Amino acid sequence: MHSKAKRLLTLLLGPVLLIANASAWADLADRSTVNMSPGVTELGLDIYKLHMMATWVSVAIGIVVFAVMFYSLFAHRKSQGHQADHWHEHLGVELAWTLIPFVILAFMAWPAIQTLLKVYDTDEPAIDIVVTGYQWKWKYEYLGAPGDASADRVSFFSNLATPQDEIHGENEKSEFYLLEVDEPIHIPVNTKVRFLITGNDVIHSWWVPELAVKKDAVPGIINESWTKAEKVGIYRGQCAELCGKDHGFMPIVVVVEEQADYDKWLNGKKAEAKKLRELMAQSFTLEEQITRGEKVYSASCAACHGAKGEGGVGKPIAGSKIATGPIEEHLKVAANGVPGTAMQAFGGILNDLDLAAVVTYQRNAFGNNMGDSLQAVDVYKFKSKK
Amino acid sequence: MAHGPAKGLSRWLFATNHKDIGSMYLWFSFAMFILGGSFAMIIRAELFQPGLQLVQPEFFNQMTTMHGLVMVFGAIMPSFVGLANWMIPLMIGAPDMALPRMNNFSFWLLPFAFLILASTLFMVGGGPNFGWTFYAPLSTTYAPPSVTFFIFAIHVMGASSIMGSINIIATVLNLRAPGMTMMKMPLFVWTWLITAFLLIAVMPVLAGAVTMMLMDIHFGTSFFSAAGGGDPVLFQHVFWFFGHPEVYIIILPAFGVVSQIIPTFSRKPLFGYSSMVYATASIAFLSFIVWAHHMYVVGMPIAGEMYFMIATMLIAVPTGVKVFNWVATMFRGSISFETPMLFCIAFIILFTTGGFSGLMLALAPSDFQYHDSYFVVAHFHYVMVAGAVFSMSAAVYYWLPKWCGRMYSESMGKAHFWISFIGFNLTFFPQHFVGLAGMPRRIPDYNLIFADWNMVSSIGAFIYGSSQILFLFNVIRTIVAGKPSPEAKTWDGAEGLEWTVPSPAPHHTFSVPPQVS
Repeated sequence: MHSKAKRLLTLLLGPVLLIANASAWADLADRSTVNMSPGVTELGLDIYKLHMMATWVSVAIGIVVFAVMFYSLFAHRKSQGHQADHWHEHLGVELAWTLIPFVILAFMAWPAIQTLLKVYDTDEPAIDIVVTGYQWKWKYEYLGAPGDASADRVSFFSNLATPQDEIHGENEKSEFYLLEVDEPIHIPVNTKVRFLITGNDVIHSWWVPELAVKKDAVPGIINESWTKAEKVGIYRGQCAELCGKDHGFMPIVVVVEEQADYDKWLNGKKAEAKKLRELMAQSFTLEEQITRGEKVYSASCAACHGAKGEGGVGKPIAGSKIATGPIEEHLKVAANGVPGTAMQAFGGILNDLDLAAVVTYQRNAFGNNMGDSLQAVDVYKFKSKK
Repeated sequence: MAHGPAKGLSRWLFATNHKDIGSMYLWFSFAMFILGGSFAMIIRAELFQPGLQLVQPEFFNQMTTMHGLVMVFGAIMPSFVGLANWMIPLMIGAPDMALPRMNNFSFWLLPFAFLILASTLFMVGGGPNFGWTFYAPLSTTYAPPSVTFFIFAIHVMGASSIMGSINIIATVLNLRAPGMTMMKMPLFVWTWLITAFLLIAVMPVLAGAVTMMLMDIHFGTSFFSAAGGGDPVLFQHVFWFFGHPEVYIIILPAFGVVSQIIPTFSRKPLFGYSSMVYATASIAFLSFIVWAHHMYVVGMPIAGEMYFMIATMLIAVPTGVKVFNWVATMFRGSISFETPMLFCIAFIILFTTGGFSGLMLALAPSDFQYHDSYFVVAHFHYVMVAGAVFSMSAAVYYWLPKWCGRMYSESMGKAHFWISFIGFNLTFFPQHFVGLAGMPRRIPDYNLIFADWNMVSSIGAFIYGSSQILFLFNVIRTIVAGKPSPEAKTWDGAEGLEWTVPSPAPHHTFSVPPQVS
């Protein structure tokens, strides 16, 4: 269906769909398009109430002040022959409208302080998740319960999943346009989750409106924030701090699910991690590394260096001095990046196996027939040497 | 000793006359207003519907950055300096500004500063793309090479502002006519005097911030780089220590303008003159101690968070006093609705609306949802555009007959007002909605749930933008062919020394100081 017609339909059927969806998973369709979302947390509701209170106080003051003004504009018009008074000072009213606002402000500040105390109460979470902002994706690392050093850590990157053709208008935009990722994070419902938020390069800001979390991801600083979602569903947010070119293209998706589903997902992730660790210990043939490297290349390199290594934002790989020079140097550039350019340090982004594979691929594709290869263990050694 | 202006280009290049320099400031700021406005039109055209249609994200970021920089430093600030140049000597009965040659220098720095800034758009890597707040390390380690030119341009603008401020302070403190005591000065003079002190206090802080950036970029220091032991948040503290007083630098002269115009068209003296002076001073003082309310989500300790919240809320008190005084001035007046008055009435309504959203933003917990969303964009355009720009439009209509001895077209002025008013509200009111619904600021593309209001906002922006062409036309038509308006006192309700000199104001006024009773 044409997207405008679809929007119209949603507008008309909105209330019906809302009722139909009431028991289903919460998602984007439940969000108001004109007001703050009360969200699915107690804290979010408190913030929403504070917001509405401040709104209505403003409206009330506005009505009183503007009523007096419009009364004057109407009743004291020159065209009606109204003669001007010389009333231009009155200690009583001036004192009154200086002092009364203090009372109103105190009335607003009190609930604000109460809510603020809650926002800062990051103690005793059941789960800690490290959130790291990268240009332009998020990395999540599950630490398990605080103090539980034995927990298997799970970490992954979460990238924008919206295809380029939708962004450039060559294909119809889906419902979750720009608010969908390849790997969402999962958290259990009714559980206090603490986010430890930091930045890798520039400042980002992790914002999920319905979980009432927004905190800057500042390099060199670890900020804390928390949530306790009370309703299963998928909650979507975006980076809120300008972080460069693709600031608008690094969404956040949080899946809130029942504990059992969450455990299942986490165990699956742990199994994946275990498998990867086993793979890292193995040696692969040149062909195997090239096959793996090709996939990594198209996901992580092709956007800048071109699908055929012809270059673009980044330099060409085909016939490049680095890709056809000493393999150590090649790995160094891939792992550490090139400071001051868009070339990132992939040593912290790709795992050792993928990094080894992609370097191997670059040396043996696009006409760079070097015939040499790297193994995960070589990357590991290179990193430990530093 | 009466003598006319120099002939040809040298009149402007070597200008020392406050009226000529004032005019140059006003024309320069209008040119920058059109430039910054064109950037805004590009932004709104891209945001007209979801998807990337017209520009790429890299260029979009340059547009948001340059729009902010040009509007704040090129359009709004110089426009009020121009107004100060024209009106302060006329209002206090001085023959000219106290330091005429420095006045010339402070103006002529500006075109070069903006030439440098605008030229960055054509450099390799593009112009500044890190937002007008240029947070490090996006503006240092990750900035395009043109950032060095940006830093230099900021330094030059800062030097210009500081010289302009020194001049205003020297003029107001030394050149008042006999009998013009401080508490008899028109409120516009008072607000500018206080603004000038704010400028002198904070422009060096901005200079410090950009100098630290320069050191980080070129000389290997790490003020703002965590990897070298620095702190990116330090940048924000330094920037907002400048930035918060800066917003009052922009709005205080606007308060002054409104305080001149409302009494005129209410035919009644300004209500609570002395409380207006004290309120202005209080706002200026408070502006120095609230800066971190721009940084609620940066990870401040809770004690800091609470302090900045409460201090910020206090600003509502003196600001409220001002609004109440304006309303009380109109109360039991004899009101007429010429174009300047219409803009001032709209100023009161819309600035107060922006004040309300400011109060909401002051509440730290709510700010965790508002911060860096379109709600903030709506808020500051209500105070910057409906505040500063509307009052500037009012000022131009109000004093234009004094400047050129001709009357503008009232019907065209009113058309300009109504188109601006409708266009402005269509543009910025819906931005409250999309912000609350979760749309971050400074993004070139967005989800479909934000689409409807963004389209309304863009249509409003095109309406508001085109109304400025009408404004320009009206002003030029007045200067060239307006109905002559030779009487000294254009408006029957106007008070003040500027209405005692002929219209148009002669090249030299108050060569003999007037006696103020």
